Amino acid sequence: MIAHRRLSRPIPLFKAAFGSPGHAAVSLALAGLVAVAVPPLLNWLLFDATWVGTADDCHGRSGACWAFVGAKLQFVLLGLYPQGDAWRAYAVDGLLLALAAASTVPRLWSRGLLAAWIGGLLASIWLLGGGLGLPQITSDKWGGLPVTLLLSFGSFLLSFPLAIALALARRSRMGGLRIYAVAFIEVVRGVPFIAVLYAATLLFPLMLPSGAAIDKFARAAAALSIFVAAYFAEIIRAGLQGVPHGQYEAASALGLTYWQALRLIVLPQALRAVIPSIVNLAIGIFQDTTLVAIIGMFDLLNAARTAASADQAWLGFYAESYVFAALVYFVFCFSASRYSLWLERHLRPA
Amino acid sequence: MSISTKFVSTLATAGLALTIGAFSAVSASAGPTLDAIQQRGFIKVGVGGSSPGFSFPDASGKWQGFFVDFGRALAVTVFNNPDKVEFTSSSPQQRLPALQAGEFDILLSGVTQTITRAFKLGFHFGPVIFYDGQGILVNKSLGVAKAVELDGATIGAQSGTTGELNIADFFRKTGKAYKPVVIEDSNEFQKAIESGRVDALTQDASDLAIIRTQLAKPDDYVVLPERLSKEPLVPAVRGGDDRWLEIVDWTVYATIQAEEFGITQKNVDEFLTSEDPAIKRFLGVDTSLGEAIGLDPKFAYNIIKAVGNYGEIFDRSIGPSTKVGFQRGYNDLWTRGGLIYSPPFR
Repeated sequence: MIAHRRLSRPIPLFKAAFGSPGHAAVSLALAGLVAVAVPPLLNWLLFDATWVGTADDCHGRSGACWAFVGAKLQFVLLGLYPQGDAWRAYAVDGLLLALAAASTVPRLWSRGLLAAWIGGLLASIWLLGGGLGLPQITSDKWGGLPVTLLLSFGSFLLSFPLAIALALARRSRMGGLRIYAVAFIEVVRGVPFIAVLYAATLLFPLMLPSGAAIDKFARAAAALSIFVAAYFAEIIRAGLQGVPHGQYEAASALGLTYWQALRLIVLPQALRAVIPSIVNLAIGIFQDTTLVAIIGMFDLLNAARTAASADQAWLGFYAESYVFAALVYFVFCFSASRYSLWLERHLRPA
Repeated sequence: MSISTKFVSTLATAGLALTIGAFSAVSASAGPTLDAIQQRGFIKVGVGGSSPGFSFPDASGKWQGFFVDFGRALAVTVFNNPDKVEFTSSSPQQRLPALQAGEFDILLSGVTQTITRAFKLGFHFGPVIFYDGQGILVNKSLGVAKAVELDGATIGAQSGTTGELNIADFFRKTGKAYKPVVIEDSNEFQKAIESGRVDALTQDASDLAIIRTQLAKPDDYVVLPERLSKEPLVPAVRGGDDRWLEIVDWTVYATIQAEEFGITQKNVDEFLTSEDPAIKRFLGVDTSLGEAIGLDPKFAYNIIKAVGNYGEIFDRSIGPSTKVGFQRGYNDLWTRGGLIYSPPFR
């Protein structure tokens, strides 16, 4: 597909838009639509917007109230997290984003990076939750961006070994193992994420002995990991299938055991081939985390919504709040998607 | 006595014994919720994600609001400490299953009491703490204080909602005329009343209260006290713990009874010297009542001291002086024409 795009020369804009009567009609219709929709939108977003001031200043104008986002920024970004300890949440943001940034450099992909991720996630949980010298903050108080990041990255990392195991099991010649893997993958892929989330938060506690309780955040993270693992496993399976059979044979001819061959020969090639799909999946996870609002957790989106309905001085600025949250999600997802395109080109064998 | 009658009577005795056994088993383990609370050392309360005035995290992340104060009052009754309570946010979609699953001990989140919920879902409900329902928002310039005074008014309702039908029923009943304007999008509500296209809007009162705060000049508008539909909001608990339910009931009643007596957070100490036997019983100066029911005799005193009476809780979070700006209306004491009523403390 990429090769095809490289070969074909781009068509000049004017010719593309007005090359034929059909093209011209469509172009004019779209231009009309833009002319109708965009000016009011820009007025609302920019020209009539209130950038600083109070809620009353905003009510006096017809545009968006960005002063609201300014005033409630900390709540949107941190949710219920105690203000005095805000630095801990920001540190988690910084730590996880730095790790994510480091992971974009293929040269740094190593066992060390994996260890850094595991250490980084544990440190994040410690920073957010406290203990070992920091005051304890229970997970029902966690919120905003740290929750979104921790859920996305944490469940991605947790699901990775599970997904490899599932993918291998599904390709295994041991019938029992294969059936279990197929059943797991198909059941999880056959139900919506909300159902898995409900099962984890509502059904699971009923199975525990009374009195025993597992943290809601942990249950949500586990649900997300299980859900992601099923999709992840299918991506990895596709990668495994792409590895030529000769590679397996060559590995065993060299006297490598099954596990050695897998670790040194097969998996590196298989994973490399599916990296773009994995990045797509990661974007999907990032957006799926917003569903935890259903079980009463304050991820970034829910914190943004709550910011507009909690403070009596700033009631009802939902549109501004959602636009801001959308912007944050867009920045993350768009960067990830551009990165995935770059990576695709970068990793293509020369 | 023939064999068959002997057989039958044996069977009946065995049945009776079984039944009694079953009952005593229930009473012996009565109070699983309360037991768990006492063991844990705090009460778990489910609240709505955030509804302005009713339950919302304040700037420092601490839960505040009308429902939240009742949660704190419960913590006072059980532990004599308004902070021995943990609030968990829950969405309308999952709050009832979560209560069933034991995520929290009580749900204080705008649950409407209905017969289906009582019979089919096995929940028990405490006293109504807020009478919500469809209300009418009017421009003060109309000079209307009651909905029945609306005659010939143009009223906006959202299309396809029960609100549209209820308002039609209401005017059919009162025999007055009105002009309905159907509004498609709830965001258009604000514009419709500000531009004067409609004289009044109708929606659930709690929604109208929020729409009102959104208007350029909220003080020019008022939500009329009448309700055209019934949405009694109640605390909900799991069935199977009668003692816990009684504690919920009487904690709410204590706040109501205090308002009826005129006892407030500020003046409660002055009432300790009151000679009125009813007040002495209520505040636990006379300890016989508390001893009889197995609660701290001063539990009502402690509640009022910690969170105030019903009226104070109402005014603090959702009353006329707040942005939400509810009139007491049906939520006024029965002695002032409302529906808020406490059974006697004796």
